[in-house]
Amino acid sequence: MSGGLVLTISILYLGLLFAIAQFVDKRADTNRPITRNPYIYTLSIAVYCTSWTFYGSVGLAANQGLDFLPIYLGPTLVFVLWSVIWVKIIRICKVHRITSIADFIASRYGKRAGLGGLVTIIAVVGTMPYISLQLKSIATSFRILVSSSETALLTAPSDPIFFIDTTLIVAVALALFAILFGTRHIDASEHHEGLVAAIAFESVVKLVAFLAVGFFVTYGLYNGFSDLFSKAQQKDLSGLFNVSTDGDYSLWMTMTLLSMAAIICLPRQFYITAVENPDESYLRKATWLFPLYLLVINIFVLPIALAGRLLFDGQTADADMFVLTVPLFHDQGILALIAFVGGLSAATSMVIVAAIALSTMVCNDLIMPLLLRWRVLNINKNDDLTGLLLTIRRVSILLVLILGYVYYLIASESYSLVTIGLVSFAAAAQFAPAIIGGIFWKGASYRGALTGLALGFAVWLYTLLLPSFAQSGWLPISFIENGPWNIALLKPYALFGMEGFDRLTHALFWSMLVNIGAYWLVSLISQQTAIERIQGTLFVDVFGHTDDEKDSRYWRGSATIADLQQLVGRFVGGPRVAEAFNGFAASRNINLRKSQTADATMLDFAEKMLAGAIGSATARVMMGSVVKGEIVGLDEVYRILDETSQVIEYSHRLEQKSAELEQATAQLRNANERLKELDSLKDHFLSMVSHELRTPLTSLRAFGEILVDNPDVPLEERKQFLNVIIKESRRLTRLIDQLLDLARMEAGQMDWSLDNVDVGAAVKEALAALEGLMKENEVQLDLDLPEALPKVRADRDQLMQVLINLVSNAIKFCDKTTGKIVVEVSTQDDVLLVSVSDNGRGVPEDVMSSIFEKFHQSAGTSENKPQGSGLGLAICREIVTFLGGEIWVANQPTGGAKFSFTVPRSDYLQTRLSAE
Amino acid sequence: MTHTVLVVEDEPNIVLSLQFILKQAGFMVRVARDGEQALRAIDDYVPDLVVLDIMLPKQDGFSVCEAIRGNDKCRDVKIIMLSAKSREADKERAMALGADEFVTKPFSTRILGQMVKDIVSSSPTIPQ
Repeated sequence: MSGGLVLTISILYLGLLFAIAQFVDKRADTNRPITRNPYIYTLSIAVYCTSWTFYGSVGLAANQGLDFLPIYLGPTLVFVLWSVIWVKIIRICKVHRITSIADFIASRYGKRAGLGGLVTIIAVVGTMPYISLQLKSIATSFRILVSSSETALLTAPSDPIFFIDTTLIVAVALALFAILFGTRHIDASEHHEGLVAAIAFESVVKLVAFLAVGFFVTYGLYNGFSDLFSKAQQKDLSGLFNVSTDGDYSLWMTMTLLSMAAIICLPRQFYITAVENPDESYLRKATWLFPLYLLVINIFVLPIALAGRLLFDGQTADADMFVLTVPLFHDQGILALIAFVGGLSAATSMVIVAAIALSTMVCNDLIMPLLLRWRVLNINKNDDLTGLLLTIRRVSILLVLILGYVYYLIASESYSLVTIGLVSFAAAAQFAPAIIGGIFWKGASYRGALTGLALGFAVWLYTLLLPSFAQSGWLPISFIENGPWNIALLKPYALFGMEGFDRLTHALFWSMLVNIGAYWLVSLISQQTAIERIQGTLFVDVFGHTDDEKDSRYWRGSATIADLQQLVGRFVGGPRVAEAFNGFAASRNINLRKSQTADATMLDFAEKMLAGAIGSATARVMMGSVVKGEIVGLDEVYRILDETSQVIEYSHRLEQKSAELEQATAQLRNANERLKELDSLKDHFLSMVSHELRTPLTSLRAFGEILVDNPDVPLEERKQFLNVIIKESRRLTRLIDQLLDLARMEAGQMDWSLDNVDVGAAVKEALAALEGLMKENEVQLDLDLPEALPKVRADRDQLMQVLINLVSNAIKFCDKTTGKIVVEVSTQDDVLLVSVSDNGRGVPEDVMSSIFEKFHQSAGTSENKPQGSGLGLAICREIVTFLGGEIWVANQPTGGAKFSFTVPRSDYLQTRLSAE
Repeated sequence: MTHTVLVVEDEPNIVLSLQFILKQAGFMVRVARDGEQALRAIDDYVPDLVVLDIMLPKQDGFSVCEAIRGNDKCRDVKIIMLSAKSREADKERAMALGADEFVTKPFSTRILGQMVKDIVSSSPTIPQ
């Protein structure tokens, strides 16, 4: 095929891309672009599939079988299972007008230039191999297509075309193209509709081209998949499409993890997915559409690889170029050309997006801060800097491409495409801790991120990049084999003696260990500055902080609208700024006067607009110079900052407090109820005491007066009256005694004289004291008192009191005509059981429970009201309880009540006490 | 003509003293030991005066008072209530239920005797 034709087609293709971009951009200026939809967005994300996918996957599959798959497994996992992370990143980028991954990280960790610069350097150095991969594939495929001789199919000719290295031409051409493409606008955070449309178009081209080759191979050369695979099996190639069961899976694991990190952290993926995202909702479609794209583009990888192996059986052919060489071998010139264009599209899309993303980073996060520091840039002057910005970006793009070319010269020749790509992936993966930690962990600090990134990058350099130089002969090979200065522990592929892993796993393990470890540890021990705290909160709580009003209250100083317009205008261009400010004013229904002092929202708007052009770190310094007020003090910052979390915490605490209050209220209510109850009990008690005292007093006074007023009362009657007075006086005395006893017992002030008491003797004595009363009432006594009862621990007098109370109650309530009382004592385990029963009417059911309460009097159901204070049983209960026994009442089946109580035996009580 | 007093009281000794005082004052004295007995006695014969204790078995003095006042036959019956509790609330309740006097125990026999006489003579006795 003639070089001219291929060249013409290449230029036509690139021209078409440019036309698409221009056309879409023109339309975008006038109305809502037709290209703004989730499908275009998803296709643009497919910039992930580069020459690596287009050529390299086949190459890898031809030698290592299914090992090409994990590179697509990782992104699929991220999009299908963890699209939340993209939602969060996209929201943050929109809110803060983030322009690149360096801007993102710098902004998160306090908008400081140092970190942004480091990220930029890592990104540029890390992307270098990746770009060289694209250059290599374009150059190689071009040469194969042009020479197209039998031998060229096996070993790509390296002769320079047009007397210069083809790859250099490709690099410069792509650089020019990327410059034309990417630096038409200043505001890097603005959406480049045209660019996105062109990239999406490229994704279609590469997919179609690859599928075309795949169809040709599978159905043109063979009769479908089964035919191809069975043929391959006959040639002992089945190892390529069977998952090996013996090998370890560490490489698979590593590649999956790496690609998961890469889909987020590769500068171009971050740029196209987050910065260029026009609408958060598009992501929903992308979560399944993008994995689908990956699946489709991988269907024919293995068939093409197998066909290549079958075709060039035994010969040393560059498997990376099977996509091109298989059609060429079968004289399918058109198909080969299509394949070439597909490969070109895959490579150019990557290079363009990467170059634009990197140039923005280099300009905003590396050059601008340096210019500021070296005072090349006089921030107080008013000259227009838009031209400077554009120049810096254009030079950056060229620089990035040249660096890629340099790497290609140094290292690429000796590596396959996939190996080169993975080195880049490992570099990008270094951003993962800072990004993921940064959006989920408020405590992550600037120093932590800086240290982690620097160390991780250093390990990457040492374990992946430097060895690749060594293998290409730019460093002595002994560097790999023996370690530097023959120190075996420092061998780059077996650091600290860790062997047995593949190089990638080894490098990833060490770099991630130091990266995450330092990030975590340093974050824990270092103090966050105010702005770090602010940004940390704004990033982590991005969904809670969407209210713009609050974001920027940390500028304390003041600036006029004119100051701001002038400042932003220098970087973005005067007319555009005026337009934007007016739009902003209109949206908020305010009139802008030039001399007016800008409010917090206005400052925020200006800073974000500036950040969109020159990155957040530089924008902050610029704003600081105009606003002339530092951010507010640390404690104030805490207040503003943690507003959301504080409000949440506060409401949480409020909830807790109100729950506590409710609980306290309930407790108070209960206590109040109890108090009321006690109060009414006390009331009742006092009124009962009053009643019980006044009743005998009434008789005393009445008969006293009667006797005084009536000296002529007959002797008989006088005697009766005097007897009443004596009886009532006794009653009064007894009542007072009982009241005092009860009060003392309840207050615990009773003097108890505890001793070992012979219950039998006590019972006999009590009964003897009541003998007169029993005789008077003609009551028959039945005493059941066993011999040799064990003694009990008790106060003898009080025990007697209990017995007397119970027996006199029994006398009072037993049958009036044939009264009979039974007193029994028995031993029961560790207690003595004493019971006193009568043959009266028994205790009514409704008073059973209250019979031992104070002043519970059996409200005389009989004609003759029983005499008593209503305190006897209450006193009995107090005494028995104090002695450690129980007292209860039950009605007997034969009629009559039976009062029983227990007293602990002294022998048992002692062993029990000693046991405790 | 002799007036009749119904004494409603459960304490035997107080009954004894009231009987003495009232007889001395020239009244016919009937006695009831609890609320139910009192109502039966009134049903049987309407007295001129009821000396009514509040703390009574079965039915307390308040409800007996209420029952007497609710009985048309007893419109002119005077009621003196006795209480051992001396609570203002009890007095108010008694007066509200239609008692004519409220006496707190222990009472003076002299004052009570005079009070009984006054109360009965002040009533517009309709000759029967």
